[in-house]
Amino acid sequence: MSTTRNALGGKGRKHTIGLLALAAGMFGFAFALVPLYDAFCKWTGLNGTTSGRASYISSTGTPTDREVTIQFLAQAGNGMPWEFRPTQSELRVRLGTLATTTFYVRNRSATAVTGQAVPSVAPGLAAPYLNKLECFCFTPQRLDAGAEMNMPVRFYVSTDLPRQVHTLTLSYTLFPVGAKS
Amino acid sequence: MRIAKLHALGVSIVTSAWSSQACAVAWDLREGVTDMSRRIQALHHMSFTVCVIVGIVVFGAMFYSIFAHRRSRRQEPAHFHENSRLEAIWTLIPFLILVGMAIPATSALMEIEDNSDADLTVLITASQWKWHYQYVEAGFGYYSHIATPRGQIDNKERKGEHYLLEADQPLVLPTDKKVRFLTTARDVIHSWWVPDFGVKQDAVPGYINEAWTRVDKPGVYRGQCAELCGKDHAFMPIVVEVRRAADFDRWLAGQRQARALASQAAIAARNKQWTMAELLPLGEQVYLKHCATCHQADGVGQQGKYPALAGSSIVTGPIESHLNRVMNGKADTEMQAWAPQLSDVDLAAVITYERNSWGNDTGVVVQPLTVYSAR
Amino acid sequence: MHAHSATAEHPPKSGLRAFVARWVLTTNHKEIGTLYLWLSFTLFFIAGAMAMVIRVELFQPGLQLTEPNFYNQMVTLHGLIMVFGAVMPAFVGLANWMIPIMIGAPDMALPRINNFSFWVLPFAFAMLLSSLFMEGGAPNFGWTFYAPLSTTFGPPSTDFFIFGVHLMGVSSVLGAINIIVTILNLRAPGMTLMKMPLFVWTWLITAFLLIMVMPVLAAAVTMMLTDRHFGTSFFAASGGGDPVMFQHIFWFFGHPEVYIMILPGFGIASQIIPTFARKPLFGYRSMVYATAAIAFLSFIVWGHHMFATGMPLAAQLMFMYATMLIAVPTGVKVFNWVATMWRGSMTFETPMLFALGFVMMFTIGGFSGLMLALVPADFQYQDTFFVVAHFHYVLYPGAIFGTMAAVYYWLPKWTGHMYDERLGKIHFWSAAIAVNLTFFPMHFSGLAGMPRRVVDYSLQFADFNRISSIGAVLLGLTQLLFLYIVIKTIRGGAKASDQVWEGAQGLEWTIPSPAPLHTFQTPPDLASVEQANGLRT
Repeated sequence: MSTTRNALGGKGRKHTIGLLALAAGMFGFAFALVPLYDAFCKWTGLNGTTSGRASYISSTGTPTDREVTIQFLAQAGNGMPWEFRPTQSELRVRLGTLATTTFYVRNRSATAVTGQAVPSVAPGLAAPYLNKLECFCFTPQRLDAGAEMNMPVRFYVSTDLPRQVHTLTLSYTLFPVGAKS
Repeated sequence: MRIAKLHALGVSIVTSAWSSQACAVAWDLREGVTDMSRRIQALHHMSFTVCVIVGIVVFGAMFYSIFAHRRSRRQEPAHFHENSRLEAIWTLIPFLILVGMAIPATSALMEIEDNSDADLTVLITASQWKWHYQYVEAGFGYYSHIATPRGQIDNKERKGEHYLLEADQPLVLPTDKKVRFLTTARDVIHSWWVPDFGVKQDAVPGYINEAWTRVDKPGVYRGQCAELCGKDHAFMPIVVEVRRAADFDRWLAGQRQARALASQAAIAARNKQWTMAELLPLGEQVYLKHCATCHQADGVGQQGKYPALAGSSIVTGPIESHLNRVMNGKADTEMQAWAPQLSDVDLAAVITYERNSWGNDTGVVVQPLTVYSAR
Repeated sequence: MHAHSATAEHPPKSGLRAFVARWVLTTNHKEIGTLYLWLSFTLFFIAGAMAMVIRVELFQPGLQLTEPNFYNQMVTLHGLIMVFGAVMPAFVGLANWMIPIMIGAPDMALPRINNFSFWVLPFAFAMLLSSLFMEGGAPNFGWTFYAPLSTTFGPPSTDFFIFGVHLMGVSSVLGAINIIVTILNLRAPGMTLMKMPLFVWTWLITAFLLIMVMPVLAAAVTMMLTDRHFGTSFFAASGGGDPVMFQHIFWFFGHPEVYIMILPGFGIASQIIPTFARKPLFGYRSMVYATAAIAFLSFIVWGHHMFATGMPLAAQLMFMYATMLIAVPTGVKVFNWVATMWRGSMTFETPMLFALGFVMMFTIGGFSGLMLALVPADFQYQDTFFVVAHFHYVLYPGAIFGTMAAVYYWLPKWTGHMYDERLGKIHFWSAAIAVNLTFFPMHFSGLAGMPRRVVDYSLQFADFNRISSIGAVLLGLTQLLFLYIVIKTIRGGAKASDQVWEGAQGLEWTIPSPAPLHTFQTPPDLASVEQANGLRT
């Protein structure tokens, strides 16, 4: 084997190290895909991922008479002993103006439970235009045994919403927090 | 269109050559009952025909060469091994063919993705291994389970005409209305597919997806879950009954009435005091239909996968935790929330059955009213 | 394949210990190549037996043999073992055996790493197969292991699967590094890159693909592991993750992986067809460029596996166009093969038959691939048996027939014996008929609406499935014949000449048959070889 190694020399070692680095880099790249994908989803509304908290009305579009319908859906995931439903099934809103709706929750179980709501919007295309100023989905919610409440969502739809969208659906799924451990 | 006819001719020749014994065999992509399914079929014919033509040219050249350029006919091979012009041509021509195929595909896709202006929205929620259909505007919904008897699946009974493609409650839709489907799931990814509509959309837990259809022919259309979703993936049929708009409206009104009556009956049932003897047989029925697929008919479960109920600490322990587990399920497992799926009486019956079977002799009778108060 | 049992470096020692020590400790590229090939062969039969279970279950509607959960385990392990255990080690074995010889190198560049890369694999697959006997059964979520079915819903053995995949990844990456370093550094003087045989070229490109995507797979299963046990939520919506992201990461690995399983096959066909057409390969340069183009495109088409997951229109269009584009370089390859045959002087020994079967049936798989690229039609094909037919047409006649062509082609060189030509032809024709009998009807059951990965199906699909099942059993039997032929050739047969094939060109035909344990200790003089052999490159 000595002939082999002699023939290889320093260039071979450099190649080996370089290729190992490439492999390590690709391993890291796959993890980098996670935040990249997240950013991409928020940007394009892929999968109906909504953007985070909007702090002010950023849309500078001229006031408009255009109205769209927003449907509200809610479901409690497995292991979540809450009743969960929208108080209004749908709402007509004018683009660029603030609207508020509420979702009703009641803890049916005999212990306090913490839940986290995950939003999703259809069509995904419209998701980046639905801006939430206040939403129970931003933080985990804790409810004592038997307690109930109406959780508010304050939002507006940007005036530059693509023309072809007339109906948006905002859906929440409630998951138990800390169920994993 | 001429291409499509040509293809259909080819298909019919092949079919007739075969059909002497298998008359119902379908060789082609289904035509379906929507504009879109027909467009997709035409697209399929177009791309298939292109492939057949290219195949005839390439394989023709190959077989001619195999025949004419074999050693017994040609002792001396030629020596050419390059021809830039030829290579440029067979790079360019396929490219142009592809552009020609991409154009109709693009326009069909743009229409598929246009979900706007629907007349009706149906929320489809998948879970292991059933569908739930919610009429969003009308505000009611129901579960749809496989209706094929177990005996047929186990080869103990003769299989029916719609073996595995029959559901206890079909989705009902009107003709000539744009129906928007929202899909989501409660556990793993499923996929809602009705070939005759040309609609396939994944149902992803925590997210909603959109699709739409407009059916122009009344009838019963069948499909299946198309994404591997665990054990009973093969037993998750989709049945859609399409009715004329007027019939559909009548059905919708009938459903409202039936639901009102059912809820009155349910109130009466849960206010009654039930005995063990009444609950056990009912509980066994419910258990065999919904629970036995994982926990097994004899309550032993499956090692490492599904816990045994015989001797289980939850089943023989405090009633509250048993109720909680059955009604609300367990996150990230196949154990789903049964409160939305079963009536108070069914829940009380199945819990009573579990607490008094396979050596679990708690002697406890769970009343439907107890279940109701936990809702 | 172990004809070189005793040489100066390995004095004959008697006893099992010596035998074990020799094979366990070997750093010789030919011996390691042999080990890879036997491992691959063994796993090919194990995964094939699982395919038999699947096909027997699907012989008629109703449940006959398996319960659904076990069926899903068979589907999963069949896919995983065929991909990672049969096809990939077979190609690595061929690379180990042939690349150093074809480029005039004395051995692989990193012989000890070579030994390590191989010996990791038996443990990886033992671990994967042992999951069959664990509580809760083996992985049952398909070889694509989509989350959350494979994460929070997976059986306990999923952790062994994850560790097994890690080991396979380490093996593949190290093997690929070894191949690249060998090709870049150990070529005989005068063998420029553009003079390398195409098998070497396709493997060079494949090795780069491996290094770039196996770590991505490793990362995906690592995320699965932390999702299962360490409270992360990469793929669970409940913690802010997204199950669809798993599919993006998986297919970012998965699509290049598909080409990892076919590019070396392209290389093999490009070696064999010129030999038996007695004519130089047509368009050597465009073959190299086409291979590189396919490899590049494989990184930007992963989304075509996910059209039904709710992708935005723009992404669907992008992935559709990129996927269709792959047809261009693939077409170039097929046209070049036909042009190589054109006006040659062809004979049809078994390697040539398998190579021609490869070209023809791979092209059919390519056609259905093109059809699948059209998104609207894909909504109807996705997750049906049409897809199953498509990728088996690409992989069986592609990867498996390609490997078999290579084995028949180089077996005389390895063993010093000619295989039985009559049996080889019987093997080819029976396998070719059985492959089509098995997989062609799947196109129709898919078009009629039969989803894939189902343990049971409705009555309308019964006819096609019966034909597929009969074909599959035949196909399984034909491969037993292959095993018999290989063993028979190792044990004896007509003496093979050094040249073996009249029209063959390349360095491997300048060394004796059987190939001695050590070759090209001093680099070959390419100029004189070219002169003597008419080496065309």
